[in-house]
Amino acid sequence: MDIHEYQAKEILMRYGVKTAEGGLAYTIEESVQRAREIDGNVWVVKAQIHSGGRGKAGGIKVCRTHDEVRAAAEELLGKILVTRQTGAVGKVCTRVYVEAGTHIAREMYLCFLIDRSSERIVMIGSGQGGMEIEELAHTNPQAIKKIFIEPAVGLQDFQAREMAFALGVEAAQLPHAVKTIRGCYRALRDLDASMVEINPLVITGSGELIALDAKMSFDENALFRRHEVAELRDKTQADPREVAASDHGLSYIGLNGDIGCMINGAGLAMATMDMIKLAGGEPANFLDVGGGASAERTEKAFRLVLADKGVKAMLVNIFAGINRCDWIAQGVVQAVRNIDMKIPLVVRLSGTNVEEGQRIIAESGLPIITAGTLAEAAEKVVQARNGAVAEECKGI
Amino acid sequence: MAILIDENTRIIVQGFTGKIGTFHAQDMINYGSNIVGGVTPGKGGQQHLGRPVFNTVKEAVQQVGANASIVFVPPAFAADSIMEAADAGIKYCVAITDGIPTQDMMTVKNFLRRFPIEERMVLTGPNCAGTISPGRAMLGIMPGHIYMTGDVGVVGRSGTLGYEAADQMRTLGIGISTSVGIGGDPIIGSSHRDILERFEEDPETKVVVMIGEIGGPQEVEAGIFSRDHMSKPLVAYIAGLTAPEGRRMGHAGAIISAAGESAAEKVAILKELGVTISPTPSAIGETVAKVLAKM
Repeated sequence: MDIHEYQAKEILMRYGVKTAEGGLAYTIEESVQRAREIDGNVWVVKAQIHSGGRGKAGGIKVCRTHDEVRAAAEELLGKILVTRQTGAVGKVCTRVYVEAGTHIAREMYLCFLIDRSSERIVMIGSGQGGMEIEELAHTNPQAIKKIFIEPAVGLQDFQAREMAFALGVEAAQLPHAVKTIRGCYRALRDLDASMVEINPLVITGSGELIALDAKMSFDENALFRRHEVAELRDKTQADPREVAASDHGLSYIGLNGDIGCMINGAGLAMATMDMIKLAGGEPANFLDVGGGASAERTEKAFRLVLADKGVKAMLVNIFAGINRCDWIAQGVVQAVRNIDMKIPLVVRLSGTNVEEGQRIIAESGLPIITAGTLAEAAEKVVQARNGAVAEECKGI
Repeated sequence: MAILIDENTRIIVQGFTGKIGTFHAQDMINYGSNIVGGVTPGKGGQQHLGRPVFNTVKEAVQQVGANASIVFVPPAFAADSIMEAADAGIKYCVAITDGIPTQDMMTVKNFLRRFPIEERMVLTGPNCAGTISPGRAMLGIMPGHIYMTGDVGVVGRSGTLGYEAADQMRTLGIGISTSVGIGGDPIIGSSHRDILERFEEDPETKVVVMIGEIGGPQEVEAGIFSRDHMSKPLVAYIAGLTAPEGRRMGHAGAIISAAGESAAEKVAILKELGVTISPTPSAIGETVAKVLAKM
């Protein structure tokens, strides 16, 4: 789960990390008010969206008067921002963070994350901040320092110092640099974060070390014990279809095609999407019904898949282990009847109680296309989708 | 032989008396797995499904000689249960639980590393369907009847995609020595490579199938191992050709975050390492059949 910059900064400040003075605003008036509350004559109005690359997308505006702050807030609030990370849909900006302008002497990079290969937390830093770390990894990998942290003993001061020196901080800034590094690590550990990134970490003209930007991501699996983190979720930043599914305890991934998919298991879902693509189609979404799919759960899943109005055909692909094909079949029949489905439906059932499931579908008298194998299912749903699109064109 | 489990494996169920534990314990008993008891703290001394319940894993090891366990404990307590099993001297543990916090798994792996390698418990999962040596023992939640006995080893992250592969092979008359689900989480007990090592040593396994997915370095590491250390052919399929970058595709581990982690990149690297690639998920069975025919 991602959070906003201002939320990450609030958390990190509690752990001793310094940031520029700033305040949050939901309206234009509030934005100007925040600027009035902050001393100085330069302010930065920053769009709060869950994405990197905000600067290049016009989401960060440097202002020299309160009127400029007003204009910046007016331009950003309520707008959809498209960055290189958001895709064409973009993300809506519902709030801005107004911050005191900072005189930057040097930019650095600092990040903590869980490394899958070593199964440890790794601290990554560079004296060359401000740019994308992926880019730096390509152009100048020597400029990146990595330090692995032993889970049993945690981050040690000597490691923090080693990183501070790698970042190129001067002796006078060392104690605060160590405090900043330790603070980020503590926040990651205490709150079950999967990543803490400060890019850039800057040294100001007056020699202060501050986090100019901050990003934190959290382990979804740990939210049950981190209520204060779970509350930071901003549903406006997620695909509304995914939010609706997760409210029902279902897992949904929205994509850009027009074939809706209901599948059990993430691996089978990915494989099914690959097959659809190979057959010449594009998946609109995939909904994972998981184990123990009752008829009711199946109907709910159907409604979620079909809520995407762009869906032209639907595929159900279930390999029942814990599930039973007869339950799924009952759910499918019930859903098709209750929803009054207008688009073609292809169903492929396999595994536990498959004969019973197929019998229920066949005897329902509904126009459901059945398939025996994964390949057949993918081909049939793409054919059905092409047929439906051709019909639509005739209608026009 | 098979790997990890057979008819002599003495299995206990952790989270035995819960709804999910009960359901799958019964299923494993029906399959013929040698379930010797279970653990539910506070319910020691009772009988459940005709087997003794113990308060601790240690008691189960001492009293009924348990050497393998399967964990159905809820996510908040699962890491603790896995470490309890390791501490009690269990040799092999399957963690079925989905949703264990990543930092908990970091602690588990660190705990396991404290044991000398010959005494260290082997862990597969979490968030997996388990392990089955067809006709001998099932330590998992899979539909046992789709697995035919034979000489192909299977290792994969996904449960249902593993069923798909087993079913395709059965349709073609190809059986399985052991099928191991390693799980879809970012930090897991055993890697593809760890399981390949075991299949390479198993005289009953002739060919190995690896079912991978996007995200993480594991499939490529396994490919390098197969080139350098395996005499047996390796067939692989990588799911997620159509997955967009930076999106979590159902499994917490299935997210493309670095170079070499997309399905297309992994496939290209594996091909170069001499791995036989199944181009589509529906061709896994045929690809294995072709490799077997050449032997």
